[in-house]
Amino acid sequence: MDQPTADTLTQAPPPDAARQREALRRMLLIRRFEEAAEEAYMRGAIHGTMHLSIGQEASAVGACLDLETGDYITSTHRGHGHCIAKGADVARMFAEFFGRETGYCRGRGGSMHIADIAGGNLGANGIVGGGLPIATGAALAIRQQRRAAVVMCFFGDGAVNEGAFHEALNMAGLWKLPVIFVCENNKYGMSVSTERSMAVPRVAERARAYGMPGVRVDGNDLFAVHRAAGAAIARARAGGGPSLIEAETYRLRGHSRSDRNRYRSKEEIEHWRGLDPIPRLERAMRDAGVLDAAGIAALRAEVEAEIAAAIAFAEGSPVPDPGEVTRDVYEGGIAA
Amino acid sequence: MNAIVSIDTGPEGAACRDISYADAIHEALRSALEADERVFLLGEDIGVYGGAFQVTRDLVHRFGEGRVIDTPIAELGAAGVAVGAALAGSRPVLEFQFSDFATLAMEQIVNQAAKLRYMLGGNASVPLVIRMPAGAGTGAAAQHSQSLEAWFAHVPGLKVVQPATPHDAKGLLLAAIDDPDPVVIFEHKLLYKTTGPVPAEAYRVPIGKAAIRRPGRDITIVATGIMVHRALEAAERLAGRGHDAEVIDLRSLRPLDTATLIDSVTRTTRLLCVHESVKMLGIGAEISAAIAESAAFDRLDAPIRRLGGADCPIPYAPGLERAAVPQVEDIEAAAARLIERGE
Repeated sequence: MDQPTADTLTQAPPPDAARQREALRRMLLIRRFEEAAEEAYMRGAIHGTMHLSIGQEASAVGACLDLETGDYITSTHRGHGHCIAKGADVARMFAEFFGRETGYCRGRGGSMHIADIAGGNLGANGIVGGGLPIATGAALAIRQQRRAAVVMCFFGDGAVNEGAFHEALNMAGLWKLPVIFVCENNKYGMSVSTERSMAVPRVAERARAYGMPGVRVDGNDLFAVHRAAGAAIARARAGGGPSLIEAETYRLRGHSRSDRNRYRSKEEIEHWRGLDPIPRLERAMRDAGVLDAAGIAALRAEVEAEIAAAIAFAEGSPVPDPGEVTRDVYEGGIAA
Repeated sequence: MNAIVSIDTGPEGAACRDISYADAIHEALRSALEADERVFLLGEDIGVYGGAFQVTRDLVHRFGEGRVIDTPIAELGAAGVAVGAALAGSRPVLEFQFSDFATLAMEQIVNQAAKLRYMLGGNASVPLVIRMPAGAGTGAAAQHSQSLEAWFAHVPGLKVVQPATPHDAKGLLLAAIDDPDPVVIFEHKLLYKTTGPVPAEAYRVPIGKAAIRRPGRDITIVATGIMVHRALEAAERLAGRGHDAEVIDLRSLRPLDTATLIDSVTRTTRLLCVHESVKMLGIGAEISAAIAESAAFDRLDAPIRRLGGADCPIPYAPGLERAAVPQVEDIEAAAARLIERGE
């Protein structure tokens, strides 16, 4: 069998000016959403925990930019960005985090289970690697139903060491299913670095074991992620089978709220702050004449207003009725 | 096992044939595959091999490899594939070759399939059916003989059924395939070759309803799966001693049909629970508690008794294997003691 090569995944044309503007808008929306969620958490408006994706906006948006309405994504515990990148309404996301009835999961899921089934987001996941075989299964259903859709499966470097990764990619490769596996390699599975957890640290190389092309890209470069993802989406849609994309990125915040950052240095974090994907995209768009400083400022103001309105909507929404705690365990709510 | 033939009757006027439990499942799968193109089967060696117990035998020839899918030996992955396909609008029926192997897939069954509808605020449906060949008596020892149904019945979001007859094996499977939520079906391996009357057409047995297999006045024996047959045989022996036992086939562990149980115990005033899964923290404990918490408690003329699997893995040597699970004589003795001595 011919082994597909990484070259297969470097040929997608760049997004046009309107798509670039939309990409930047979504990245800014993710950044401001995460910052506002963090602020709400700090003032006690959100309970539990959350995993922020600040610094990883380009991989979420770049991977989803060419997706269409009927396409699916599966996401991770660090899933707010994926959800927004797939087109979710940030007001219903905040409502979910605030534990309100108007949230995407009616306050039953919270940050780790944020989903938008109607919009094609099959869900974030509290289990590392949990979404991988689900993505393969959704792709199998697409094939059975003779639909043109694809599945974009997000996971982190930590998930690559789970057995579910192997089982899901093997079946997807074996059956040539329309699924794109996007590993957001942010260097750490909680506190343990990829050097300390992977015998072969280049995730993209593992694609060879599953008969699919694998490519490693700069995950903080929107254009690089889009180039690979766009090619993989087109390939999957045309019946060419799955692909593996390793997007090298970095989370600028800790793993979760409990993280004291004892396992990495300030210098390392500062180095990656210099590679922040949002200023990089803004610079590139300015340099190419796609968007000037005034245009960027207008976009930022637009996002700011959307976030403020979303939080107001969430705060004004009703909390769930405790009398309904067992509702929706089953269809019709029948408890045993 | 001869008692099986007599305990089932099909719907009024329906054309029933005596067929095996395995054939009844095969018939249900075939009719579901014919009726709904969203239905597909997946599992290990279910294609040309026909499944370890020949339940799916020729279905791959009739419906093709796209709908009768041999998975790699990857239980976690296969369960996840089934969950994902169900979320995306297909109707998967997943066979574990042995229910013991579901331990490799608990993440997808418990964390994903069972919880998605709830976690997502009622906006997701996982119409997944999981078939579990289970139980002891085949000499396959500890890793191929377990009865783990109580584990699954402990998880909100799953439904758990345990058909004891060919009639229910077909009817409960078709009801499970129609169900919008995940249903786990425990099929005792010793039942596959047993026979009973089964209507030729498609029909449904409602999930969550127990069946009174033998009405009686002196004691209620609630049994699951293969123990229904042993309880019926014990009831015949008890009749020879002048005792009239009522035998209830639980059929569904979740939802649990407490109304039928409470009504029966209120009439008979004695309760014996019998299951093959380990007694400690088993379904018998839940039934006992349900009776103790109900008005039937005041009607009891004897303590509640339970028979279940011994507190050990299923052993290999035939004498040991037999000793590890309740037998007809154990049921007869326990019931007689409750009736005759009130203990």
